[in-house]
Amino acid sequence: MDYFLQQLINGVTLGSIYGLIAIGYTMVYGIIGMINFAHGDIFMVGAFIALIFIVAFGITAGLPVALLILALIGVLVISMALTAAWGWTVERIAYRPLRGSFRLAPLITAIGASITLQNFVQISQGARNKPLQPLISGGFTLSDGGPDGSGFIVQLSYSQILIIVVTVVLMVGFTFLINKTSLGRAQRACEQDRKMASLVGVNVDRTISLTFVMGAGLASVAGLMFLLYYGVIDFYIGFLAGVKAFTAAVLGGIGSLPGAMLGGLLIGLIETFWSGYFSVEYKDVAAFSILAIVLIFMPEGLLGKPEVEKV
Amino acid sequence: MSAKSENLFMVSLKDAAAGGAVALALFGVLIGMKAEVASGLGGQLGIEYRWAAVAIAVAIVFGGRLLLNLFVWKTDKPVTATAKGFLPSAKPLAKLGKYAMPVFLILAVVLPFLLMSAYGSRGSRQYLDLAILVTTYVMLGWGLNIVVGLAGLLDLGYVAFYAVGAYSYALLAQYFGFSFWICLPLAGILAAFWGIILGFPVLRLRGDYLAIVTLAFGEIIRVVLLNWYDFTGGPDGISGIPRPSFFGIEFERGPGGFADTFGLEYNSIHRIIFLYYLILIMALVTNFVTMRLRKLPVGRAWEALREDEIACRSLGINTTHTKLTAFALGAMFGGFAGSFFATRQGFISPESFTFIESAVILAIVVLGGLGSQIGVVIAAVVMIGGFEFFRGLEEYRMLVFGLLMVVIMVWKPRGLISTRMPSITLSGKKAKGISADLVQEGHG
Repeated sequence: MDYFLQQLINGVTLGSIYGLIAIGYTMVYGIIGMINFAHGDIFMVGAFIALIFIVAFGITAGLPVALLILALIGVLVISMALTAAWGWTVERIAYRPLRGSFRLAPLITAIGASITLQNFVQISQGARNKPLQPLISGGFTLSDGGPDGSGFIVQLSYSQILIIVVTVVLMVGFTFLINKTSLGRAQRACEQDRKMASLVGVNVDRTISLTFVMGAGLASVAGLMFLLYYGVIDFYIGFLAGVKAFTAAVLGGIGSLPGAMLGGLLIGLIETFWSGYFSVEYKDVAAFSILAIVLIFMPEGLLGKPEVEKV
Repeated sequence: MSAKSENLFMVSLKDAAAGGAVALALFGVLIGMKAEVASGLGGQLGIEYRWAAVAIAVAIVFGGRLLLNLFVWKTDKPVTATAKGFLPSAKPLAKLGKYAMPVFLILAVVLPFLLMSAYGSRGSRQYLDLAILVTTYVMLGWGLNIVVGLAGLLDLGYVAFYAVGAYSYALLAQYFGFSFWICLPLAGILAAFWGIILGFPVLRLRGDYLAIVTLAFGEIIRVVLLNWYDFTGGPDGISGIPRPSFFGIEFERGPGGFADTFGLEYNSIHRIIFLYYLILIMALVTNFVTMRLRKLPVGRAWEALREDEIACRSLGINTTHTKLTAFALGAMFGGFAGSFFATRQGFISPESFTFIESAVILAIVVLGGLGSQIGVVIAAVVMIGGFEFFRGLEEYRMLVFGLLMVVIMVWKPRGLISTRMPSITLSGKKAKGISADLVQEGHG
């Protein structure tokens, strides 16, 4: 039971990170109907920018707690802004010229952008992985293994709490943004019918750009969380995380924000439980198999709207 | 200087400045500050500042954008229009296109002899190796073209079948001692079988869902190959895969070898030339089969499926069969190419079958122009040949490759060869190429 609880905590943490990335996929897919393959690499860029500022500002675990939190928020804001600039640029260069072109063209440029970003970071930052000293250590011990110490020790670390809290806050804020603000309304309008939206005065290009900017911002948050949680990054983390997050978005029903979060949590849980109870090597196989099975029986995903075929 | 050109200059300058500012935001951190594990700091990360590199990058973006604005984008008389005057117009080129196929073919056939006479047997080896590599990608592109170009099913995990083919040959040779010529058909059959296994569950999926499941499938195959240590050797791969023989005659020194049998002097280049012709023939067979299939009912059904799945179904075409045959045939050719890869390398490991390979093959198909056979050849030569051209700049190679993918696609979204020949015409009418703008590809 204790072991189960620990896996649950780890799974939810990992799932939160996947969920944050998945939102970027699902929003872009919802609005222009393409797989933004470069999104995983935007996440990687976000993690790198955060790492660079943490090192440059000299942020270490030795700082007083209040100062540490302030500094991390500062890093978060800067890295969100810079990563958003990357997201905007990728959209501007690789996707916007192909708007209205046929379906596979932006997919190929997306793959090209992904390769470019990966190799750009590999060249500019070096291929070796970057270990960071843990910034947030300690946590609550939920179960110390019983009186005789034979049980399993369950820990909920502060960094896990931080990740989950940040994710929940961002999700709430984001749902508000999509449902209540004029930008969210413009986005939903573009999602339903781009031409009609432009006829009633929605600036479609700007809305799409902002979608990419927001997706990249969330990805950079996920990047910082990843960095804090695992403490080591390299230029290749974007690929697998990106594929998993896209899997999560599809699993939850692509185009649906709660779906992306749910899918992320599910993928995170499946992965952790599979590695906890069966084998670590095949955790990716488990996640992908679940995806295939869900799609075969529910092609629109868990929370997605069924697609109506029109002649 | 008139007021208008003054205005043009100011607008261009402003735009270029904006571009430079964005470049500064992008490159300032990632180029300017390198997080590196410094040896002096006891294994901790330190920052190495490189502001000069940032300045150069920003200057390139600013200058490039300014020049482009002044002379191409914002002016009434773009330089490119003047340059166009010097280039031959499209019409005579279209006529040339008719002869392109035979010319390419003859060139491909005599290539080893051309290279031998130009560089000698020692010097031509690297070029032959490159030719073999390009031809392998041509074959893979043609195989994938059946699935993506003809049937319109987006497959992001094509490399899985390539891997199945390679491992089939390697394992059959290792465990049973089968020769290449027995394994080649078996590898194709096994890959086709896997194609059907993958095809069945994904029949109901459309478009991008299909793409992600095929991608997942490709990753599953790779992860299994990587972790099933007892059977596949895991990350160590399989080495000592037997080389192909010339119908039983080995390429070796001494009596009974290839050179001895045909009264030639022994030379290691013989085997390379043989491998080149082998992959060339395999690729041509792929092309031939595809072109013939296009004219058969099943090929027409593929193209109909690509254009409109609902219309297809209402006309009574069995979409299940149609999709499965496309998957199986595409996979089969991938399997053939895979077993060729295994025998050429003599060593395979899961490293060779990553997602990047799938992406490269798909890029070749899409850049060449979906459904165009000659387009695949041109794209393979440009992408793979160009890729090898940058071998000197080892680490910048993939970067250039990625940029090239973006640039070519933005320049020609329909691919390099975007006209399509109709597979069927009314009797008496001459077949005319259809501009790609008129062809709507489906959503299958």
